[in-house]
Amino acid sequence: MPAVSKGDGMRGLAVFISDIRNCKSKEAEIKRINKELANIRSKFKGDKALDGYSKKKYVCKLLFIFLLGHDIDFGHMEAVNLLSSNKYTEKQIGYLFISVLVNSNSELIRLINNAIKNDLSSRNPTFMCLALHCIANVGSREMAEAFASEIPRILVAGDTMDSVKQSAALCLLRLYKTSPDLVLMGEWTSRVVHLLNDQHMGVVTAAISLITCLSQKNPDEFKTCVSLAVSRLSRIVSSASTDLQDYTYYFVPAPWLSCKLLRLLQCYPPPEDGAVKGRLVECLETILNKAQEPPKSKKVQHSNAKNAILFEAISLIIHYDSEPNLLVRACNQLGQFLQHRETNLRYLALESMCTLASSEFSHEAVKTHIETVINALKTERDVSVRQRAADLLYAMCDRSNAKQIVAEMLSYLETADYSIREEMVLKVAILAEKYAVDYSWYVDTILNLIRIAGDYVSEEVWYRVIQIVINRDDVQGYAAKTVFEALQAPACHENMVKVGGYILGEFGNLIAGDPRSSPLVQFNLLHSKFHLCSVPTRALLLSAYIKFINLFPETKATIQEVLRCDSQIRNSDVELQQRAVEYLKLSSIASTDVLATVLEEMPPFPERESSILAKLKKKKGPGAVSVTELEDNKREGGELNGGGERGPDTSAMAASNASTPSPSADLLGIRSAVPVGAAPASAGSLLVDVFSEAGPAAVSAAVNDDGFLSSAPPSEDPAAPLPEADELLNKFVCKNNGVLFENQLLQIGIKSEYRQNLGRMYLFYGNKTSVQFASFTTTVSCPGELQSHILSESQSVCAQVDPPGGLHNHTQVDRSQVH
Amino acid sequence: MDSFKMDSFKNLIDLIKRIIPKIRFILIQNRAGKTRLAKWYMQFDDDEKQKLIEEVHAVVTVRDAKHTNFVEFRNFKIIYRRYAGLYFCICVDVTDNNLAYLEGIHNFVEVLNEYFHNVCELDLVFNFYKVYTVVDEMFLAGEIRETSQTKVLKQLLMLQSLE
Repeated sequence: MPAVSKGDGMRGLAVFISDIRNCKSKEAEIKRINKELANIRSKFKGDKALDGYSKKKYVCKLLFIFLLGHDIDFGHMEAVNLLSSNKYTEKQIGYLFISVLVNSNSELIRLINNAIKNDLSSRNPTFMCLALHCIANVGSREMAEAFASEIPRILVAGDTMDSVKQSAALCLLRLYKTSPDLVLMGEWTSRVVHLLNDQHMGVVTAAISLITCLSQKNPDEFKTCVSLAVSRLSRIVSSASTDLQDYTYYFVPAPWLSCKLLRLLQCYPPPEDGAVKGRLVECLETILNKAQEPPKSKKVQHSNAKNAILFEAISLIIHYDSEPNLLVRACNQLGQFLQHRETNLRYLALESMCTLASSEFSHEAVKTHIETVINALKTERDVSVRQRAADLLYAMCDRSNAKQIVAEMLSYLETADYSIREEMVLKVAILAEKYAVDYSWYVDTILNLIRIAGDYVSEEVWYRVIQIVINRDDVQGYAAKTVFEALQAPACHENMVKVGGYILGEFGNLIAGDPRSSPLVQFNLLHSKFHLCSVPTRALLLSAYIKFINLFPETKATIQEVLRCDSQIRNSDVELQQRAVEYLKLSSIASTDVLATVLEEMPPFPERESSILAKLKKKKGPGAVSVTELEDNKREGGELNGGGERGPDTSAMAASNASTPSPSADLLGIRSAVPVGAAPASAGSLLVDVFSEAGPAAVSAAVNDDGFLSSAPPSEDPAAPLPEADELLNKFVCKNNGVLFENQLLQIGIKSEYRQNLGRMYLFYGNKTSVQFASFTTTVSCPGELQSHILSESQSVCAQVDPPGGLHNHTQVDRSQVH
Repeated sequence: MDSFKMDSFKNLIDLIKRIIPKIRFILIQNRAGKTRLAKWYMQFDDDEKQKLIEEVHAVVTVRDAKHTNFVEFRNFKIIYRRYAGLYFCICVDVTDNNLAYLEGIHNFVEVLNEYFHNVCELDLVFNFYKVYTVVDEMFLAGEIRETSQTKVLKQLLMLQSLE
């Protein structure tokens, strides 16, 4: 047993711990523990009052037992008693116990808070820190209520010791996070900001965390911190290695403090003041320069500390996204790290470059590293590094390198970890669609995806390829041919059968001329997979069969034979049985004209948002916005299915284009009255900026079956109702839901339901402008005769209506007819 | 509908960043999975804590020199390093600075080493209550509190001398 340090021996504890360690079995351990618990219980209950040392020892033992994983249901009172001891070691154990075994008994809480209060006002820095640490560790609402006003005072008081200030700052941070309403910074703000100038670096370190958090909530109040942070950073970065003695770590001056300062600066835009900005840029350049200098030490600690600052500086440069020189330099530096011998650095470089790829200043510079990144994808042994390489390829993809990148990602997919395949599939699908100039390449890519990773090709992906093939005449023949060939493979994925079945059903006629893909050959090929497929696929195949009967009358007999057999018309699955029976009947009794009409070629799908992006977003989580969408905002996107141009920038779109997203689309699911001929600027943009930060998402508005907010040509007078307004009203003769009124500013929709003499209407107000409506009120009135016929109650509406993208307002009106 | 969702996602992220501490927890575990220190900066139930401990152990012990010192874990990340038979793990947000925390761990280990005179696992077992003191000197409320080894050790030695 190692020698216990002098001062508070607690031999009894050491012996107990040894005993436990020596137990040969779990049962023995439990036995020993129970013995000790009984002992402690009796000591606590005993007549003799325990001295401080013993209490401390027993409370510590209880804590140890708890940390082993056993429940402790006593000892809290004794622990609380220890708090009032004037001996540090006893207090410390008491505070430790109550911080680890937090108890919500209100009497205990009261006593604890009392003890804390005493320690806070004791003027003993050691005791004050113990108390502050306890508050920081527990951070309960009761503690916040008791101390939230006291802590700031301690923090900024002139006579507070440095170590107490450090603890107070972080304690306040904890309270602010858990009970923000109780921490009122108001009068303390400037003095807290001023802590950035403290001569004790530890105080600055702690204060920065507090300031960073507070400034995120109230950026304006804390914006004076920016210039202070810049000067502090500047002083550190340009300090000689002999300054900052205590805070130099492996020849790097104050690395953590530097990182925190850089992080604080990322909460704000670039400084407006020229001098401050100049100083900051100088700082960043110095940091970049230092990365190029020969290292002062070979130790990995030195390079990690240095690089920690470097990466944080690069984050700041990326955040500002306004200094091309710095961005390019950052990119070059990261490029060097891509081939560093340390895996950590290669990983971080790949990760960081991903964000650089989305900046227009550095996008080209990033692209120059494509070969290195591809190599990383192939050779890195840590899967997380390979994944970063894949992410970076996705981020740097544009028209010039799309084919190469998609090819590399496809070959990576063949051996990729299962956990990342679905995401990779989505990304490949997105890139293939976005950068396809030649749609046969797109079809090949998706079919390859299905071949390589069929299990991970979600519905969104293969629906998409079908939509695109249907909408593009020029690729239909190619698709039919390719899919026919793909189906020849002895073992092909079910998704391939689905795609193949659909496409051959629609476009099999385009390859039927070649004897190798004659109608019967096609049918036999599909049918050979039939028995291997799941019910939904079989259902799809049955539909393909009836389409064949229409396309190739010569196959009618064969196919009817198949439909007629028991396994189809008496299939236990209702859907399959129904299809087989109905298709069989249809093929028998319908004339060729009728059959041709029923089974006419699928019309082009309406342009709509890609659900693939939405799915990728859901997979990656809300924070990871796909880089390609950010690009869409800044650069011209590629031509997408169906043509149509993108608006030059979103603000122009907002101004000229009255189309707005349909937040209530799913809610109401109604057909809107769409004006013909008004082609909004953003039509055709399939990879829509659903996640665009700036303005409304450009949603197709040409034909939108589910759309609620329809597009309309801009009119001179924004308040004038649209010309279609009358039409809008008329439809309510036979419909309960729809757009009731619309002008350039506002759209009102209605959804109503009626039963006997009761009716309920929901009125939805959509703000079509880009500014918020404030003080928005509505009144519902029953004019004239209606007043006596209808009894109505309405619930009021929220006073603010946010522009598109924000919440939509609605009011509910309940009406009942009196007679 | 979707851009509304995006806004509320972003609001949610901002909210999370404001209320959740940067460091979620610090763990010291041995290769067998025994926890030598568990410091939590967020509220977790006892079962959640147990689950996290097991998951971290599973994730970290399968890695070797060819891997990075960072692992994405649920929706945050673990920065870890192995010292002899002990894994020191810090759980932070995915956007946090990996190298800064990696060296934060090392800084902490060097302090432990100095304080316990060539620290070994048993020191952490028998002096578990003191390890918490060291932790609280260097990390508090999920943030880095003090980074100067000199200052921390001076404080610890002073506390050591108290009754």
